[in-house]
Amino acid sequence: MGRKLLTEHINVEGIDTFEVYRKHGGYRSVEKAIKTMTPDEVVEEVKKSGLRGRGGAGFPTGMKWSFLAKPEGVPRYLVCNADESEPGTFKDRQLMSKLPHLLIEGMITSSYALGANTSYIYIRGELLYVLRILEKAIAEAYAAGFLGKNILGSGYDLDLHVHPGGGAYICGEETALLESLEGKRGNPRNKPPFPAVQGLYARPTVVNNVESIAAVPVIVNEGGDEYAKIGIGRSTGTKLISACGHLNKPGIYEIELGLPVEEFIYSDEYCGGIWKGRNLKAVVAGGSSVPILPTELILKTAAGENRLMTYESLSDGGFVTGTMLGSGGFIAMDETTCIVRNTWNFSRFYHHESCGQCSPCREGTGWLEKVLHRLEHGHGHMEDIDLLVSVAKQIEGNTICPLGEAAAWPVAAAVRHFRDEFEWHVTHAKQAAQPGAVYPGAAVLA
Amino acid sequence: METTAVKPQFSEAAQAEIKRLLTHYPDERRKSALLPVLHIAQAEFGGWVSPEVQDLVAETLGLKPIEVYEVSSFYTMFNLKPVGKHVLEICRTGPCMLRGSDELTAHLERITGAKVGGPASEDGLFTLKEVECLAACGFAPIVQVREKYYEQLDTPEAVDAMLTELRNQVHRPALPWEETGLPNALANN
Repeated sequence: MGRKLLTEHINVEGIDTFEVYRKHGGYRSVEKAIKTMTPDEVVEEVKKSGLRGRGGAGFPTGMKWSFLAKPEGVPRYLVCNADESEPGTFKDRQLMSKLPHLLIEGMITSSYALGANTSYIYIRGELLYVLRILEKAIAEAYAAGFLGKNILGSGYDLDLHVHPGGGAYICGEETALLESLEGKRGNPRNKPPFPAVQGLYARPTVVNNVESIAAVPVIVNEGGDEYAKIGIGRSTGTKLISACGHLNKPGIYEIELGLPVEEFIYSDEYCGGIWKGRNLKAVVAGGSSVPILPTELILKTAAGENRLMTYESLSDGGFVTGTMLGSGGFIAMDETTCIVRNTWNFSRFYHHESCGQCSPCREGTGWLEKVLHRLEHGHGHMEDIDLLVSVAKQIEGNTICPLGEAAAWPVAAAVRHFRDEFEWHVTHAKQAAQPGAVYPGAAVLA
Repeated sequence: METTAVKPQFSEAAQAEIKRLLTHYPDERRKSALLPVLHIAQAEFGGWVSPEVQDLVAETLGLKPIEVYEVSSFYTMFNLKPVGKHVLEICRTGPCMLRGSDELTAHLERITGAKVGGPASEDGLFTLKEVECLAACGFAPIVQVREKYYEQLDTPEAVDAMLTELRNQVHRPALPWEETGLPNALANN
């Protein structure tokens, strides 16, 4: 049984209220940081913890913090990225709705570390009901003196606001998020300048994922070194995994990084195996953007080692035989799943969500969707398969933001690992186009 | 739908909420309140934002109308055409598809008579809209109606329970700054 650093109290009755949360040790990190530590000391602990951005990129949070420009007399901002919309990922919604005060505590401690006096939580517009929960909790924190002027008599002031998006996946990209927070279309910005220098309102800004911020209280309370003892190598601490698809027990699991993938899928403590007594065909391990892997490669690396839930182990083998931990959106597909249909579905998503700013992405995502659609619906040609790879290659690296890669990688990986199934969609077009058609040659591990 | 001759106005409760929201941003950055105010407008004026309502939003925030139009057309949550009393937003993305969202959509089309992307059902009750990932993949398939998520709609019983609940809703649920919810859009017609 792994340690639960974020979700230990998630099922406690009333934990969404200040009173109960406080009774269970809530807001201790604010007291400790503000009363006994300098802002730089807090940053130092987060650096020592090895915490890596939990939104998907995995960039070290402490290092991101240390890049923040601090010109004299210029306000700086902390913005929490709660625009969770990577298909397969639903951990932040759960965390915020059940433990709103954990995020608020993390925001206060982190804002103190960064010297921000106004901070925002940018939450996706679909989650307005979670925004209501957060606003209620924020009001409680103000009333208890943890927000507002002169917090705990320290002279430190902080205002915290929640801001809703309007329905746009692209706003999860940090500069698109900032544009959106300024009341504009969510078009990602050219970088540099990076947000650390010119972010919200052209002022120095740090943007962090909900789960990253929620890890800060435990890091401050227990110390960065203690936190870093959990996990393996550069994958420290715990991670929330959103498990979905064809699993017996989909849901949110807080795991210690380093858990074997096989145990995560099959053990009763976690996902409890594949539904309906079926076999596993493939997994998308880190949200829809990361390469899909067939069963044999998700359970073991190409070198035959057990695949672990860490940044390093999941990416072992690069994109040839590996994938990424990403946001921890773990999508399992059983042996009846049509890989072409699933890839088409994801391509439709990226085409729909492309902001349209860069031609390779705007046009390329459209072509990917169109070609996959005709393959899935019985009108494909054999050369379409290489066309997909070619289009994917031409998007990759040629766009302002990573949505291009996010659209290209899943397609390239699906063709890489399931080419025979794509070919079958051409050679047996009529049969493959039937609703619910199952590719008969799927190599499935028991 | 006929356009209203009378210029739309925010209710007093909504005006007070907008005033509160404006305190969240620097004075010279009122534009930041655009998305939250559009959400309020959509809730106030029957589940969609007409050109007149968007002009009201522009006026309220001191923006040019185009600054509102270009934003409302970018974000998928804002309905730019009249909708039924209840807009059912059905998630169609991969994880929901794996757990039956295609079947759910077909089932909803059958029993409401509305078509995805088309006008509301003949009784004016339901508009069907397919949307991308709602971040609730572990509880698939999912439908969102206003601020509520209906989860695990993988049985006819679960779908029936949702539709019954919605049919019985004369007013939309009250928002935090309201004492009661407003009548649903077409309830007035």
